[in-house]
Amino acid sequence: MPGLAAGDAAIDRKRSSATAGKVGLLLLALLVLSELGGCGRAQLQPAGPVSAAEREILYDSLAIMLAIVVPTILAILGVVWWYRPSNRRARRMPDFVYSGRVELVVWSIPALVVIFLGGIAWIGSHDLDPAKPLRSHHAPLDIQVVSLDWKWLFIYPKLGIASVNRLVVPAGVPLHLTLTSATVWNVFWVPQLGTMIYCMSGMADNLYLEASHRGVYYGESAMIDGDGFPDMHFNTHAVSRDRFDAWVQATRGSGPVLNEQTYRALLRQSVPPHPYTYRSVQPGLFADVVLLRLPPGHGPQGAVPGVHPIGGSNVHPAELK
Amino acid sequence: MTLLGKLTWQAFPLEEPLPLFSGLAVFLVLIAILVWVWRKGHVPYLWREWITSVDHKRIGIMYFMLGSVMLLRGFIDAIMMRTQQAIAFRAPGFLPPSHFDQVFSAHGTIMIFFVAMPFMIGLMNLIVPLQLGVRDVAFPTLNSVSFWLTAAGALLVNLSLLIGQFDRTGWLPYPPLSELRYSPGVGVDYYCWAIQISGIGTLMTGVNFVTTILKLRAPGMHYTRMPMFCWTALAANLLIVAAFPVLTATLGMLLLDRYVGFHFFTDTAGGNSMLFMNLIWAWGHPEVYILALPAFGIFSEVVSTFSSKPLFGYRSMIYATMAICIISFMVWLHHFFTMGAGATVNSIFGIASMIIAIPTGVKIFNWLFTMYGGTVRLRTPMLWAIGFMVSFTIGGMTGVLMAVPPADFQLHNSLFLVAHFHNVIISAVVFGAFAGYTYWFPKAFGFVLDERLGKWAFWLWNIGLWVAWGPGYIVGLEGMTRRLQSYDVAEWRPWLLVMAGGVVIILLGILAQIAQIVVSVRTRDRRRDLTGDPWDGRNLEWATSSPPPAFNFAALPNVADQEPYWDMKTRAREIGQLVRPEPRYEAILMPRNSPTGFVTAFFAVVTGFALIWHIWWLVILGLVGSYATFVVFAWRDHDEELIPAEEVARLDRANRAARTTRLQERMAERESQQESHE
Repeated sequence: MPGLAAGDAAIDRKRSSATAGKVGLLLLALLVLSELGGCGRAQLQPAGPVSAAEREILYDSLAIMLAIVVPTILAILGVVWWYRPSNRRARRMPDFVYSGRVELVVWSIPALVVIFLGGIAWIGSHDLDPAKPLRSHHAPLDIQVVSLDWKWLFIYPKLGIASVNRLVVPAGVPLHLTLTSATVWNVFWVPQLGTMIYCMSGMADNLYLEASHRGVYYGESAMIDGDGFPDMHFNTHAVSRDRFDAWVQATRGSGPVLNEQTYRALLRQSVPPHPYTYRSVQPGLFADVVLLRLPPGHGPQGAVPGVHPIGGSNVHPAELK
Repeated sequence: MTLLGKLTWQAFPLEEPLPLFSGLAVFLVLIAILVWVWRKGHVPYLWREWITSVDHKRIGIMYFMLGSVMLLRGFIDAIMMRTQQAIAFRAPGFLPPSHFDQVFSAHGTIMIFFVAMPFMIGLMNLIVPLQLGVRDVAFPTLNSVSFWLTAAGALLVNLSLLIGQFDRTGWLPYPPLSELRYSPGVGVDYYCWAIQISGIGTLMTGVNFVTTILKLRAPGMHYTRMPMFCWTALAANLLIVAAFPVLTATLGMLLLDRYVGFHFFTDTAGGNSMLFMNLIWAWGHPEVYILALPAFGIFSEVVSTFSSKPLFGYRSMIYATMAICIISFMVWLHHFFTMGAGATVNSIFGIASMIIAIPTGVKIFNWLFTMYGGTVRLRTPMLWAIGFMVSFTIGGMTGVLMAVPPADFQLHNSLFLVAHFHNVIISAVVFGAFAGYTYWFPKAFGFVLDERLGKWAFWLWNIGLWVAWGPGYIVGLEGMTRRLQSYDVAEWRPWLLVMAGGVVIILLGILAQIAQIVVSVRTRDRRRDLTGDPWDGRNLEWATSSPPPAFNFAALPNVADQEPYWDMKTRAREIGQLVRPEPRYEAILMPRNSPTGFVTAFFAVVTGFALIWHIWWLVILGLVGSYATFVVFAWRDHDEELIPAEEVARLDRANRAARTTRLQERMAERESQQESHE
């Protein structure tokens, strides 16, 4: 797909440094630092409604807790300093071991914080339930995600095409992802789009995401799955509707076919050197994977059992690129 | 089937120089030490006084030494990981994935099971019977078996360095990755059998200490007079008794899958890997508190002693401890909010997790009010306690942050999570262990550790913690997942370089601690603690000599208050002489030393090793051997030894004399002070 890969770097750099300094002190100072650092892939620079809402919750919860945590730390240090043995002005109260009022306050403060945060957690969990469709004028685009050893397969069931290690989506359109694994557990995660979720064999999860802006967003597996784990990342290209349609047309025009036979080849442990696409997909393939009508991956077959099984690619990703 | 099962020459990493030489180096050092010990003629002494000892103090010290040695091993893994991630930017680094994955799995396994656990159980062993005012734990020989089984597990983990390989699936072997299909090697088996063997030891420790605390206390020591450390030890051991069978059963099911083709967790033939996730965390979350609660107890003791005040809100602290103990079983699902459970399930477990923060927050505030109005002496143990309070508050906050499910959707399995649990485990458990170590070292060995080097260690560890893991939070927020052997995201690089610097600072802290022990031992004659009470302590462990005699107390103390020793001391200072008159000394029966623990553990190692390599005849031999050891022990005739009254009198009189001298010195000091005031 010409143009897409070349656009990666340019779009990456375009990202403005987000508005920082919303909450104060300590950890926030660290967060601010990281934002000013102009990092390209942070959850703190959301590119979609889900990650934006999650960042909001992160900031709100942090602000509520910092309001207690910062004074507590200052009080600890202050008390230690004031009651040092050499301070003649400190009033010693060696028998001050109980006070009902203090106890009340001491139990109330964390309880109030938790009531507050509990509310956020309850509302947030329901609003941002991964399986809950997003509000949008557009109908969601269905994408089926299969994690394999050690690559990602993205099937566009309605469009009849598939892509390996590159997710191309139209910006501004909600995505309905259905995820499974044809091997061990994986976690599908595009930090700038939001919510990560487990991909598990014999099961399918639902996840709704959306990329609001055009851009290239880093995606990865967030769960150790063997030797190819560090290579199991992909880029998500959010492009305009027109370019997306053009990509679909171009994809349909070339490349191999994804059917049972080619799928079985995918099951073998390997790291593809480049992303590539399938011009057509055998209908119902995803269901066959989920329902285990197609077998899961074999793992490191051919290795001597018990002794240093050979990983998938003995070639390092750096050499492949 | 061959004679040696799966074990062949291929099991030895003959073609991989790094594991080969590091493994060989470890074993050569070990063998060199053993030869040196043997040549110097220390073996009979070690056998008589330590290896076969059933004295809770000796066992406690051995637990702590095991933890220290394994801390070094686990820390080398940490250095390797930080170095790898610092250099593996668009490059393979020096560790291939197959080796890197073993390193992080070994690091986690060792640090939790063979460092944190032995530290906490060691300190409980050393101190709980002393604080309760009794002579030993309920089952002294069982205690020795527990220790040696833990050491057996640690040995198996280290054997994997040289023979075969270790687990490559993380410190918790999640299926299906840990199933035979995806991990055909012996790594997962090493993990499982090492944890099964040491887990049995831990479970027996739990039974032992629950029984000890519930049934063996000095006369008059009601529950609401027990020191806070005993309370937290009780809570932790109740958790062990309830949680460790879950671990054993879960790993047992995984082993059935791997060895005899069961399908508990395979995701095929009706198995379900999510079951493992739930079961392992049903143990795993209480485990967090099994480690943290005793540490909270240590901090309670230290803060109270060095503020010269009783613990503030003692009853509140008991409620908080027991609340944590119970709620810790109701939050396990927060380890996998991203597994796709519904919103209601997620938020209920999120809120339950937050509720644990309430009693924990109460504890922080109560320590604050313990210091408030006191006289805060900044000795090394107190420094660790203050460092803990500051760092743990921040770590607790990031933990509650992740208890909010939608926030966790972006933080789970990222370096933010890893930074969080290093933040809390280092600041609570490791600092707790170090606070307890510096605080109770004089009790165990009779001399005080060097303060200057202790303070160096404290500052280096604290700064190192934040330089190593502060950036961890940031890089996690930049989307970096855990356990990456290499990466190509430029934004992560600077932070990973800083983290590598942090691990160097912690290394300096560890070197300061090694220097501290060397210097202190060499100058021990100047550091003697003759009275048995070097810190002006408040609980019964300070009422006996340092180190205490085998029987702990010549006469069991009578407890009439929450701080019995402090009361005795205050009254003695009023009347100018020891409160308790010299008791009528009687001979004391103490349990006899027994090699049962050592021999059982030897056979456990044999059995474990044979199971890992499928050497079935050796499995049978090992099992028969350990059962025979049990039978021999059960049929013993002579299980106690009499310490004659003269010996009891001699030891106790020496301590009474030292205390009287100290008391008189103190009275004289006070008089001269009063005169100078006038």
